[in-house]
Amino acid sequence: MTTHTLRSKRRRSALRTAAFMSPWLIGFSVFFAYPMVSTVYFSFMKYDGFGAPSFNGLTNWTYVFSDYPMFWPSLANTLWLVLVMVTCRVVFGLGIGMLITKIKTGTGLFRTFFYLPYLAPPVAATLAFVFLLNPGTGPVNSILGDLGLPTPGWFNDATWSKPALTMLAVWGIGDLMVIFMAALLDVPKEQYEAAELDGTSPWQRFRFVTLPNISPIVLFAVVTGVIQAMQYYTQPLVAGKVASGVIGGSGQQFEPGYPDKSTLTLPQLVYNLGFQRFDYGSACVVALVLFALAMAFTALLMRGRNNLIQAGD
Amino acid sequence: MTQLLDPPRPPAASPEAPSPALRAARRKAVLHWIAVHSLGVAAALFFVLPFVFVVLTSLMSDQQALTRDLIPRTWEWDNYRRVFDTPGFLTWWRNTLLYAGVGTVLTVVSSVPVAYALAKFRFRGRRLSLMLVISMMMLPPQVIIIPMYLFWAKQLDLSGTLWPLIIPMAFGDAFSIFLLRQFLLTIPDEYLDAAKVDGCGEFRTLIRVVLPMAKPGIAAIALFQFFAAWNDYFGPQIYASENPGAWTLSYGLESFKGAHHTDWNLTMAATVLVMAPVIAVFFFAQKAFVEGVTLTGVKG
Repeated sequence: MTTHTLRSKRRRSALRTAAFMSPWLIGFSVFFAYPMVSTVYFSFMKYDGFGAPSFNGLTNWTYVFSDYPMFWPSLANTLWLVLVMVTCRVVFGLGIGMLITKIKTGTGLFRTFFYLPYLAPPVAATLAFVFLLNPGTGPVNSILGDLGLPTPGWFNDATWSKPALTMLAVWGIGDLMVIFMAALLDVPKEQYEAAELDGTSPWQRFRFVTLPNISPIVLFAVVTGVIQAMQYYTQPLVAGKVASGVIGGSGQQFEPGYPDKSTLTLPQLVYNLGFQRFDYGSACVVALVLFALAMAFTALLMRGRNNLIQAGD
Repeated sequence: MTQLLDPPRPPAASPEAPSPALRAARRKAVLHWIAVHSLGVAAALFFVLPFVFVVLTSLMSDQQALTRDLIPRTWEWDNYRRVFDTPGFLTWWRNTLLYAGVGTVLTVVSSVPVAYALAKFRFRGRRLSLMLVISMMMLPPQVIIIPMYLFWAKQLDLSGTLWPLIIPMAFGDAFSIFLLRQFLLTIPDEYLDAAKVDGCGEFRTLIRVVLPMAKPGIAAIALFQFFAAWNDYFGPQIYASENPGAWTLSYGLESFKGAHHTDWNLTMAATVLVMAPVIAVFFFAQKAFVEGVTLTGVKG
């Protein structure tokens, strides 16, 4: 084969690759690269959507970090969600996954029941939980009251709003159940049989056989859980709006975070700064903080020892 | 171990009495079965009762919905008709179907060739492209919303419509590309080579050989995309909030609560109507869906 034909063949194959990749190449440029550069640019600009943006140095950055009253509460909330909500979801997800592998009668029915809440659209599920947990007439407090137990204010009480969101998140645990179930069924049976012959207790078998086998999946669940917690938007915003009763046509008068900033998360700040206060510059600062956090944990997913998302060849 | 977990059988009427050890093992198996299934029933109640209470409340009369009652005294099926009579509700349905339907078709058509190239072509920058796809997949939509909003609203004057949400789907969706690429990796190269020996180009190989084998993967991304659009709240909030004629169900549902602030029965009926289609689709496509969830995770 001559070098000439080899080169033309190579060029043909490059063109072919470009043709197949073209939708994404355009999508990447227009909906990722351009807006990312633009977000960095606006973070140093004063811009309210009218007139021309003007350079104002680090003003937006210092405003967000030291003067914007919602920034640190929202980070604290995110940390709470990571520590409590993610932990609860992983523990319950694993528990339900183990339970379903042990259930021998009516397995299909149980699996469907456990999985169904995951499918409930977030706005609908949130509305349902605000109703179930409404302090006055909600079924949960009715039952708690009848049993003589305390009846918290749930979504209307700053100490109970995040636990209420956690319950909502644990309810929709179907995705983790399926992933854990698949992992648990992959654990070699012989290892359990050998461990049993050695006279181990069920806890020891869980600790020394199950856990080591599924630890990459546990790590995957934790890291994706952290990423989801940082992006948590629809449920806390809708819960706050509905529980506070402040819902208007375009909803612009509602200050996110009800009650008392307890449900604020970073993405809600982008909305608050950009679309309620028309301070696009500061909104872009928060957007970049969110971006840095999301990418750090994504890198953890790709680079981790176990190469959790198999990006390699 | 697995034998111990089998459901208990009634004691067999065998002529010989079972040995004490066997009887003890069987007793243990029965107790184990009871423990596991009681736990299962308790868990099932936690997952199902919220649905039950929502449906029960949706059937209560206006007065009863304000009380602490759990079970309707009269069954007001008419509530559902009243929800449909609410101004805008049918428009939200139409908009949601447009957003989810057109968006899904566009996503599948634009993502398939990209996923195929990333799974089966060898080219420089492939690994980098894949890492960028994963980064886009993990990107919270709020990160780039300011420039995107300015682009759609100020430059193209499309705010108040759903087009800013639909048009980007014609340019590949990162999550769909990634998921489908994972699926295509499982198709052995021999099939593709055989097609090429038969004189098929890459495009014909994709259409004739790969697509029929990739049906489960494509079904999974179509379902995920449909549900993502159905569930989207942030997108319609940003682009459509100023124009109720462009609202989707997920966005309109909240304002439905605003307009009926004390009518939990109607709000819950509307909630049921937003949940029901998703759950109905699930029952028709259960296998593809669960397969997809597993694919997103760890199976290469």
